[in-house]
Amino acid sequence: MSREPCAVIGVGQTRHASRRKDVSIPGLVREAALRALDDAGLTFADIDAVVLGKAPDTFEGVVMPELFLASALGAAGKPMMRVHTAGSVGGSTAIVAAHLIQAGVHERVLTVAFEKQSESDAMWALSPRIPFQPTLVAGAGGYFAPLVRSYIQRAGAPPHIGVEVAVKDRLHALRNPYAHLHMEGIDRAMVEASPMLWDPIRYLETCPSSDGACAMVLASERAARGAARPAWVRGTAMRSEPTMFAGRDAVNPRAGQDCAQALYREAGIDDPRRQLDTAEIYVPFSWFEPMWLENLGLADEGQGWRMTDEGATALGGRFPVNASGGVLSSNPIGASGMLRFAEAALQVRGMAGEHQVDGARNALGHAYGGGSQFFAMWIVSEERP
Amino acid sequence: MSIPPTPAGPALEFDPPLSPVMRIDCPVRLDYTIAAGREQSRFLRAMSRGHLLGRRCPECRKVYLPPRGTCPRCGVMTAEDVEVQPRGTITTWCVTNVPYEGQVLELPYVTASVLLDGADLPFYFLIQGLPADQIRMGMRVEAEWADTLGPTLDSIRCFRPSGEPDADPASYAEHV
Amino acid sequence: MVDVAIVAFAQRPSVRNAVGDEVELVQPVIQQALEDAGLRASELGFVCSGSCDYLIGRPFSFVTALDAVGAWPPLCESHVEMDGAFAFYEAWVRLQHGDVDTALVYAFGRSSLGSLPIILSQQLDPYTVAPLFPDAISLAALQARALLDGGRATERDFAEVACRSRRAAEGNPNAQLRQSADVEALLGAACLRPPLRVHDCPPISDGACAMVLATGERARAIASARGRAPAWVAGVDHRIDPQDLGSRDLTRAPSAKLAAERAGAHRAPLDLAELHAPFSPQELILREAMGLGPQVAINPSGGALAANPMMVAGLTRVGEAALRIHDGRAGRALAHATSGPCLQQNLVCVLEAR
Ligand SMILES: [Zn+2]
Repeated sequence: MSREPCAVIGVGQTRHASRRKDVSIPGLVREAALRALDDAGLTFADIDAVVLGKAPDTFEGVVMPELFLASALGAAGKPMMRVHTAGSVGGSTAIVAAHLIQAGVHERVLTVAFEKQSESDAMWALSPRIPFQPTLVAGAGGYFAPLVRSYIQRAGAPPHIGVEVAVKDRLHALRNPYAHLHMEGIDRAMVEASPMLWDPIRYLETCPSSDGACAMVLASERAARGAARPAWVRGTAMRSEPTMFAGRDAVNPRAGQDCAQALYREAGIDDPRRQLDTAEIYVPFSWFEPMWLENLGLADEGQGWRMTDEGATALGGRFPVNASGGVLSSNPIGASGMLRFAEAALQVRGMAGEHQVDGARNALGHAYGGGSQFFAMWIVSEERP
Repeated sequence: MSIPPTPAGPALEFDPPLSPVMRIDCPVRLDYTIAAGREQSRFLRAMSRGHLLGRRCPECRKVYLPPRGTCPRCGVMTAEDVEVQPRGTITTWCVTNVPYEGQVLELPYVTASVLLDGADLPFYFLIQGLPADQIRMGMRVEAEWADTLGPTLDSIRCFRPSGEPDADPASYAEHV
Repeated sequence: MVDVAIVAFAQRPSVRNAVGDEVELVQPVIQQALEDAGLRASELGFVCSGSCDYLIGRPFSFVTALDAVGAWPPLCESHVEMDGAFAFYEAWVRLQHGDVDTALVYAFGRSSLGSLPIILSQQLDPYTVAPLFPDAISLAALQARALLDGGRATERDFAEVACRSRRAAEGNPNAQLRQSADVEALLGAACLRPPLRVHDCPPISDGACAMVLATGERARAIASARGRAPAWVAGVDHRIDPQDLGSRDLTRAPSAKLAAERAGAHRAPLDLAELHAPFSPQELILREAMGLGPQVAINPSGGALAANPMMVAGLTRVGEAALRIHDGRAGRALAHATSGPCLQQNLVCVLEAR
């Protein structure tokens, strides 16, 4: 059976900030959901099902929070699901929602992802003290820094690449009113002067910790009729591999490579470097931009840093990456992946405002999680499949 | 079910008006009894006797330390004990400078992936005994055991340079 | 729609306190289900699991559990922080695409590590309800009280459910509680949380189960090679009610009623129903909501009153119903899973032989 076409007809996100003290968790998710519904010209009553995603429940201290959020998201009497695939969850949540449309189960699905880390302690949530195990790894940076070091060594990349990405994404964020970080005057000197947290990762080369949410309304072809500027889902893919095993390459993981190739195949893309116009890639530490460009096949192995260095990935370059400012500028963890997917949709709808990539027709949304082991990706297009 | 409508009474008014509640503190305490699992328990018991006991995958023959119950690649239970030497080669490392909740080590500190002799998976551990800027890939290190041993990873205080010449890069290439 | 069937199901006996971590808990059932279906992990078109981090008090327990699958080469894999029955639903949706024809679904839960009733209290509104720590047994007691006060059931009805369930479990080697005193003796016991007595409440269980799904021809081939009937998914649906206990009629389960209707429960007569009712009064509510009359055998496995591994018990209902289709004991069966306080969320699946 062939898939039903699926379109993004509404996108919404919150203003992201380190502490959204002005809203509760229901208030936060509704801020994004109502914007997405408004964009789609719909109300909660028009929605058939709700798919919610977020990272571990320990981030807010609420067990399976979708249960208490059912009313706030208008889900009463409807199907509601809760996805959790670590950092890739925002992406996989959107994919689960798209599959409900593509399978012909529903006509209009609201998908929402959020994190309100300020209501708990993220470091505690990620690294609880377990008896008989030492507490060595301080948060995600402690895990990923050695991978970055390995990449630099393998690719022979000059040390300033991480700094360049950090500056570029924060310059992009100045064009995005929803972004958490608006760092006027950001430059290389500022990044270089920031403390080395997990050598070789400096403070300004890391993502912030944000409260925020993202939502999308996905629709079948019939339900999308009349929608202003739908973004069509051309392909989706998910791949997972174990955290560690003998011989695993965590720097350029096969799950990411396989996921990208499956994605291009499904989207009918033979030459992603030519056919894709822009990408929103999950880059929580600046060095992951070149690492993922290679993993996605958008640069040759060991050459990703050259694209960054040449300015190709900046707005106005030949392949802008993270025009929204990316995870380096806003990081509500559970929502960060969905923001990548949603920003890709905004680009091909021509609705990205100040950070619009001129003439973007095909865009990639990417999310990853765990120890670089869970991948979720989609390609959206202005053109119907 | 029908809920009778609430009769509309006079609106409550406060003078001065109440300010919005921006924050409430709800401390939650949940107690868990953590069980180490069969394979990890064998490893921890061996550690309390000063031995590093890995487990070998029956399919791909790789040795895991600490054991993970299964070989994650093959999806089968690991089945054979293998004694692993308390010395090995640094494959990659990290210097941590960031304070965090529950932190017990003094900053900055170095952690490294150590490929122990006889194991096929690097073991992530604290490195001491040299300035952070002298650590390098291929450096040989050995375990320094704690004064009192127990069924915990704390039985190894840290790894320190062993003084051996650096390992041949080919010996750890697939772990970098 | 694409025809999807359950072709293999494996579970481990539920126990109060399992030896072993989550990988050791779930690996044997995954291996057993795959072997039973004659598949290797690398052949799977999709993998989906259900679990809850708070049960073991650590984030990412599903990440560790992936070690049990053998996800190499990398697999198309997903996870729900829900009962495994919802992972089954996600797999059913994924198989509708028609590009893959097999899926593995598994669930694991170690309820024994923490205080389960208190952990579940943290599912409630974090600002106004959870700080009061209303434990799960007390909430079920509120629901039971409402049934009694409404004249819709008696304590004897509750005891009869409990007695029948535990006696049915005598034939289920995977059940944890496998016998029961008679109803009179049960009613003589003191209440735990009035009006609930110990027999009205589920045991604390550690457990795991795994299931293999396949589509069309593939399902027929796998099942016939093993001399069993594929358990075809005739319909599946799930719905959620608002959580707010004050705005719900706790004696009704409108989401279960709607899910049963949408799943087509009554398009043909049912031989049996496996209901996920952890507390005995909840079975009465569910039977009424879904219109299950006396001709439908309820919980021949013993149900959640005989074994209630969190995040697993719902998927186990689907598996127990499937096993009875596989060997011809039933031709058409309903399976149900619930989540949240007082039957807030409900999934219904109808399985049939063809
Ligand atoms: Zn192996």
